[in-house]
Amino acid sequence: MTVRANARIVRDIAHARAGDKGNTSNVNVWAFDPKDYDLLKRTLTPERIKRAFPDLIKGPVERYELPHLGGLNFVLHDALEGGVNSSLNLDSHGKSWSFLILGLTLDDTGR
Amino acid sequence: MNSTSDFRIGTGAGFSSDRLDPAIDLVERGNLDAIVFECLGERTVAFAHRDRMANPKRGYNAHLERRMRAMLPVCRKAGTILITNMGAANPRAAAERTVAIARELGLAGLKVACIEGDDVSAVVTPDTPFMDEPGRLSDVGMPVVGMNAYLGADAIVPALEAGADVVIGGRLSDPSMFAAPLALHFGWSLDDAPRIGAGTLVGHLMECGMQVTGGYFADPGVKDVPDLARCGYPIAEVTADGSAVITKLDGAGGCVTPATVREQLLYEVHDPERYLTPDVTADFSRVTIEARGKDRVAVAHASGTRRPDRLKVTVGFDAGFVGEAGVSYAGPGAQTRGELAADIVRERMAKLIGNDAELRVDLVGVSSLFATAGLRSSGAQDVRLHVAVRSRDREHAEAMLWEVESLLCCGPAGGGGYRGAITASVVTKSLLIDRAKVKPTVEIMTA
Repeated sequence: MTVRANARIVRDIAHARAGDKGNTSNVNVWAFDPKDYDLLKRTLTPERIKRAFPDLIKGPVERYELPHLGGLNFVLHDALEGGVNSSLNLDSHGKSWSFLILGLTLDDTGR
Repeated sequence: MNSTSDFRIGTGAGFSSDRLDPAIDLVERGNLDAIVFECLGERTVAFAHRDRMANPKRGYNAHLERRMRAMLPVCRKAGTILITNMGAANPRAAAERTVAIARELGLAGLKVACIEGDDVSAVVTPDTPFMDEPGRLSDVGMPVVGMNAYLGADAIVPALEAGADVVIGGRLSDPSMFAAPLALHFGWSLDDAPRIGAGTLVGHLMECGMQVTGGYFADPGVKDVPDLARCGYPIAEVTADGSAVITKLDGAGGCVTPATVREQLLYEVHDPERYLTPDVTADFSRVTIEARGKDRVAVAHASGTRRPDRLKVTVGFDAGFVGEAGVSYAGPGAQTRGELAADIVRERMAKLIGNDAELRVDLVGVSSLFATAGLRSSGAQDVRLHVAVRSRDREHAEAMLWEVESLLCCGPAGGGGYRGAITASVVTKSLLIDRAKVKPTVEIMTA
């Protein structure tokens, strides 16, 4: 992965939270400023997210939109290394997955 | 009751090990009608079954004793009903223990409701398919340790109608513990899906406790939270139409803002138009979130349609043991020394366990949480080798701990800080059961 030192990342314009149900993770992402919602929506397509983490997200990625609140909800199927009781990851809930998405660049030619 | 007055409901725990002191503060100063202690997840219900198998008198929340000793007197003084799923795998033992504590504390006449019937191990057939993965129950070659159906408001309302001061169940669904007292207070029919959807939103926002008042939120410099060390639990001020203001006590730490509420709105939600609970197919897609002054956020316009015909069941299986062990390296070359240690462990464990156990080797500081995602940092001068193994055979876990500890003398230079532990492993899967097969019961015990 090569990210330019000054590249803007999703965390510069949005905040996020991750949750788990079984082996499915969901990450909701919210624009701090409603004006940035369109940029967020353009940048964070389900294809982009799947492409960024192919070894982690084994299943499909779905995106739900809540435009009136400036939010996107990503459902990442088969993306928790088996789920909280099966994963040997130190973070078996995938609580930190929100920061996987917040760390993506806003320029989607990068990661 | 069919009251038009607002209902004030708080949260006293959002997971099994949540803090106690802010819950005491909330009941003492919050003027609450009810407080909910949500203490059960996919992980904790499975472990509770292990506890019960080891000792038939246990299998309920490990902190129940201290929580009840602290909360029963303040709840009685404030006239606040306490609702909880701390019964976990053994609600009867939890209720009996609670009655005994109430007697010791001189709380004569305290009514404790025990809700049972979530244990469906006797009625689930082996050919039942899993909910969200291929295969069926009989395909799993591991012993079942427990099966619990998610119970809804219809299991809780009778306990409240019977005048319970404390309601204790096992796998009571998280939002149902809020929706039930709201439905009873406002006279909502449990078939009134739009209203129950609104009550479910309140429950959903509240069920993780401080996750709506600033917990699981702070990112210093980006999202600052005042006085997080003294974070307060939330209060919902609910009106008869199901809309609510989410707030907290003055003087408690944390914050309630549209951002904290937004993040919790979709926490563990997939399709916002279809959030399934035992009570309703809730629709959060048109929910509005508006600031109403400091630490006050109004939520409205949740709705819902008919409840699902089938209930979710969590099945726990005995998966043997998990061993975890680590050694640390620091200073110049720490990363390469840690990587060498990781290579040694992989090579030696492959000979010891082959494919008979799952092995994972991480280097904390370089690549651990995001290892599978393919992200690595470089330049760390303080790293920790972390090795995990899961096996039905405890000897595999013991062998791994020994290998990691042996690195102190036969591994790379400057390795220190070995720790290792072996714990029981319970894996869980979900399936669905026809609602008609689940028959919740309520028994009132009086102190």
